[in-house]
Amino acid sequence: MLQADQVSFAVAGRRLVDGVTVHLVPGRLLAILGPNGAGKSTLLALLSGERRPTGGAIRLDGRDLRELPPRLLARRRALVGQHPAAGFAFSVEEAITLAVETAPCSAADRRRLIADSLHAADAADLRDRLLPQLSGGESQRVAFARALAQLAAGALHRDGADGGPCLLLDEPTASLDPAHQHHLLRAARTWMERTGGACAVVLHDMTLAARYCDDALVLADGREAWSGPMSALPVPVLERVFATRFVRMPAPDGQGAVFATTGQPPSGLDSQFATDY
Amino acid sequence: MSIGMSIVGVPPARRPRLGPALGLLGVALTAAVLIALSTGSIALPLDRVLSHLAQAIGLPGEPLGARDAAVLYTLRLPRIVLAAAVGVTLGVAGASLQAIFRNPLADPGLVGVSSGAAFAGSVTMMLGVAGLGLSRSGLSLSTLLPVTAFLGALAATILILALARRDGRCSATDMLLAGIAVNALGGAGIGLCSYLGDDQALRQMTFWMMGGFGGAGWTQIGPALVLMLAAIAGLLANARRLDLYALGERDAFLLGLEPHRFAVRTVLLVALGVGAAVAVSGLIGFVGLVVPHMIRLWLGPVHRRLLPATALAAATLLVLADTTARSIAAPADVPVGLLLGAVGAPVFLWLLRARGGRSFG
Repeated sequence: MLQADQVSFAVAGRRLVDGVTVHLVPGRLLAILGPNGAGKSTLLALLSGERRPTGGAIRLDGRDLRELPPRLLARRRALVGQHPAAGFAFSVEEAITLAVETAPCSAADRRRLIADSLHAADAADLRDRLLPQLSGGESQRVAFARALAQLAAGALHRDGADGGPCLLLDEPTASLDPAHQHHLLRAARTWMERTGGACAVVLHDMTLAARYCDDALVLADGREAWSGPMSALPVPVLERVFATRFVRMPAPDGQGAVFATTGQPPSGLDSQFATDY
Repeated sequence: MSIGMSIVGVPPARRPRLGPALGLLGVALTAAVLIALSTGSIALPLDRVLSHLAQAIGLPGEPLGARDAAVLYTLRLPRIVLAAAVGVTLGVAGASLQAIFRNPLADPGLVGVSSGAAFAGSVTMMLGVAGLGLSRSGLSLSTLLPVTAFLGALAATILILALARRDGRCSATDMLLAGIAVNALGGAGIGLCSYLGDDQALRQMTFWMMGGFGGAGWTQIGPALVLMLAAIAGLLANARRLDLYALGERDAFLLGLEPHRFAVRTVLLVALGVGAAVAVSGLIGFVGLVVPHMIRLWLGPVHRRLLPATALAAATLLVLADTTARSIAAPADVPVGLLLGAVGAPVFLWLLRARGGRSFG
């Protein structure tokens, strides 16, 4: 599966990612957490092969990403980015078709695959809409559907020797309403169970992360601040990297935990620091 | 991309199917060719042309006289073929550049490819075959011109890519701005050539630059035709990858395309086709801009639909424009570039205005 070992990425002398190690594990949803500018998106860009690490190596089933042509990479991993591009007036269906066109299957199978992906992303009703006319949340659902379709099409290429697909989600819930936020993460879990794939998701909502994610990687200033099972994530780590107070409460149904922020300084800091703050 | 906006046009669910649309455009092109064959200073009635063509392919019909047949085959047909080929080249090149720049306003003329070709062509005309030290090679100006014009288009393209490339990426905005600079440079070069050239070269250059298909014979257009067909074939084969590229370089990569290599390859094909087209027909603007735009409104932006439809529509437009140009003030032959400029510029402005109310992006 996808493994990054001690990867760094520097641009113009600034280290955006600095010696981070992350292994994607099939069936375990990984939350990537951290404040703005911590290097979360850069890490996903590195994992997707879009950017090449300036230090360390990223491997997919033991092969260096740099050795894999984009065509082969596209069959194994998909990334849902933060800013879906909207140029020409492609319809949603046309845009998703682009991701599955080279799949070795009949046109009818391809249509079914597109319909399934749209359905899984709760975007079936957007099928005939035009990309530039979608709202932010609708664009994210369509981008998610496209990623699912891309990987489903890519799986048809495989001969069984390779590992499962990798789904990388960069703040996929940022523009979604609460119901769709839960729907998307549930869909990501369902997808993992069905395909045996691995998934990493950048989130800012700790409640969502605690409810749906198995593991967490906390980044700060491009470095790993903490990593481990999501259920063991200490509140002081969050307060330290986000420099704000977090309150953790048990979830009413026992699934994960509910996190709240109060806007106050971190609880662990003394009053002297708080007034400076 | 702030300037990468698009008019929406016919909603996707109501877009026509490709087959019937291409059939319609094919009928229009056939009609335009037949009209063009029968129109001119020597009137060849349509029924007699049809009858002649019918017997030529073994159907019942009556052949034209020797003189009329010569007019048909050696004067009108090469001119029509050239007009159609230039139309297809400019239309398909325009649509391809628009995807590469992710901007529906990109056009070979706008980004400087045409003016690079025109500058190289002007130098060739000013110096002549002898002036370039090739008098012993046996090359004629009509063989040399497509080659130098292609080299000029290529040089302009490389310059644009070099100017617009930063950190290994070409932004569409930078490419357009670089195109403006290259255009200015090409214009200055052409001006210099007209200043330095003798009267004969100047006249030749001036008429060439206005754009037209006058004096086209099979031998003059042969080399350029081959280059244009090669470019058209390469660009048409690009359709699916153009779609990916139009989604944005990042999405294109994520879906399996090597975006930078693809962009460079496409722009080289555009330079090849446009260089050849400019060599034989001078500067003909707006075709690459207006035709893909109209077709996009009608059939949507998917290039597997857009490119062939644009090819047929642009060929029809230029065959009709050329027929109009040579009959509107007969026996004078109005440069078709001037005619299209006079009609195309207002249409272009109208498109710009129409964007205001319905643009997204």
